[in-house]
Amino acid sequence: MSKKILSENFDNPDAYKLAVYEKLGGYRSLEKLFKTDPASVIEDVKNSGLRGRGGAGFSAGMKWGFVPKDTDKPKYLCVNADEGEPGTFKDRKIMVQDPHKLIEGIIICSYAVGIGTAYIYVRGEYVTPINRLQGAIDEAYASGYLGKNIRGSGFDLDVFIHRGAGAYICGEETGLIESIEGKKGQPRPKPPFPAVIGLFNCPTVVNNVETLSNLPFIINEGWEAYASLGTEKSKGTMLFSISGMVERPGVYEQEFGVNLWEFIENATGGVKGGRKLKGVVPGGSSSPILTAEEARNTILDYESIAAAGSMLGSGAIMVFSEDNCIVKALQVISRFYAHESCGQCPPCREGTYWIARVAERMEEGEGNPGDPDLILDVCPHLMGMTVCVLADALAMPAKSYVEKFRDEFDQHIKEKRCPYASSAASSVMG
Amino acid sequence: MKDETQKQTQKNFAFNDENEKKFRETLNMYPTNMAALLPTLWLAMDQNGYLTDEILEYVAGRLELSPVHVYAVAEFYTMFLRNPPGRYHLQLCRNLSCTLCGSEEILAHLADRFDILPGETTEDGIFSLELVECLGSCGTAPVMRVNDRYCENLTLAKVDKIIEGC
Repeated sequence: MSKKILSENFDNPDAYKLAVYEKLGGYRSLEKLFKTDPASVIEDVKNSGLRGRGGAGFSAGMKWGFVPKDTDKPKYLCVNADEGEPGTFKDRKIMVQDPHKLIEGIIICSYAVGIGTAYIYVRGEYVTPINRLQGAIDEAYASGYLGKNIRGSGFDLDVFIHRGAGAYICGEETGLIESIEGKKGQPRPKPPFPAVIGLFNCPTVVNNVETLSNLPFIINEGWEAYASLGTEKSKGTMLFSISGMVERPGVYEQEFGVNLWEFIENATGGVKGGRKLKGVVPGGSSSPILTAEEARNTILDYESIAAAGSMLGSGAIMVFSEDNCIVKALQVISRFYAHESCGQCPPCREGTYWIARVAERMEEGEGNPGDPDLILDVCPHLMGMTVCVLADALAMPAKSYVEKFRDEFDQHIKEKRCPYASSAASSVMG
Repeated sequence: MKDETQKQTQKNFAFNDENEKKFRETLNMYPTNMAALLPTLWLAMDQNGYLTDEILEYVAGRLELSPVHVYAVAEFYTMFLRNPPGRYHLQLCRNLSCTLCGSEEILAHLADRFDILPGETTEDGIFSLELVECLGSCGTAPVMRVNDRYCENLTLAKVDKIIEGC
């Protein structure tokens, strides 16, 4: 069994209530926190090795360290609860089951960086998590954990929920900032990075829900305790959202360093119905697919999954069985990225649609013999050419699908049909 | 965040007392008026169910923003509906995990049962069907939202039960 930092309260249906959370040891980090110099808190988080859990995996402490100390401007925290990466559903779990842990993490980050206002950007569909979180925020204000002079410390912090409205790109940190400012969620060129010029042109930290929820443990137990978990460069544990063709999909916390497939198999009971494993998407729909063999021979940490040619991303693991069609999968994800492209960069706006059209015609049995190579030809033109990485997020998996499962693409074209189609719905799905 | 999505747009739209109060609170959350745009559009969605041109102009006026900015933002975000949805707005996920777990069969069933295509509303205005991207509920795929409620682990039988309970 893995150490549980983030999911320790998931089995307690009342942990979302302040009184219960306090009984479970909640908010006890604050006493220690307010006696510690903010700069030392940043050092501790750096030393812990905690990395951003939204997808990029960048050192959280270093990110905080980029915020200028000698500034007259207000500083902001944007909590990224947009959770749009297909396959990801772990932040929702934290917000519903253990919202005070997130608020405690928000207080720790804000104190360390000198932030007075935090906005939690929650995707618009998450009405239940928003209500749960708002309830927790109201309780925290009423008990003096938020607002003026928190628990007599002299530290002030306001926390507001900002509800998104259905745009994947707002999970990109500068798209998110634009969206809070009341604009279209079109990402900004970087640099300048948000740490220097972010929300309302002020220094801003953008951290994912899960990243912040690790902070109470780091303060309570010390950075050494966190850094003792995991592997050399991937410290701690991570929440994995496992979906697709497994017996028991769900959110599972795991310390880094175990075998990827053994973890999936032990946690979920393996491939549904005892079917054969075809492949594993390890880090959300933006990550290249691993073949069954690669998944069985990869260690679960940032470096090993990168060495296997993919990425850990948001920890969204999607399992494909022998009954799933890879061409269909490409059709689905390319349609998604085309739909979510914000439209400001031509290589993304045109390239994602282009891949989606070619993928669709292959899946519908109207592909040309050159189509798989055409996809491979176009992918490099989407990578590294745009303001944000949305185009890369399609090009990387698209390339891997075609390269690793070429036979399936060729079979679709040769047979002029999808060999996996259940005949249902293809005309309506469009 | 209500079920009643079919309220008539009043002429000369204005926030009701409750939403007027919420609107004023929203302004206090941000240092700029523009930042209050998304929450203000949500208040209008709650009150009217969808956003007419008239409402967008009202919101622009209240926040002292140019109407063209408000239009552009309202059009950018898919959850800001510009046309009236059915009383029950069915939003079925078409993304990867849901597809792997059979959402296409669910779609075929819904389209067949209501004789509508995605993007359409039944003639009586009761049900509208929309295909949406990942809802962040992949562990319980296939998933659809009925108005604001998540319906998870869908099967054809479960879908029928949900519809009959509407």
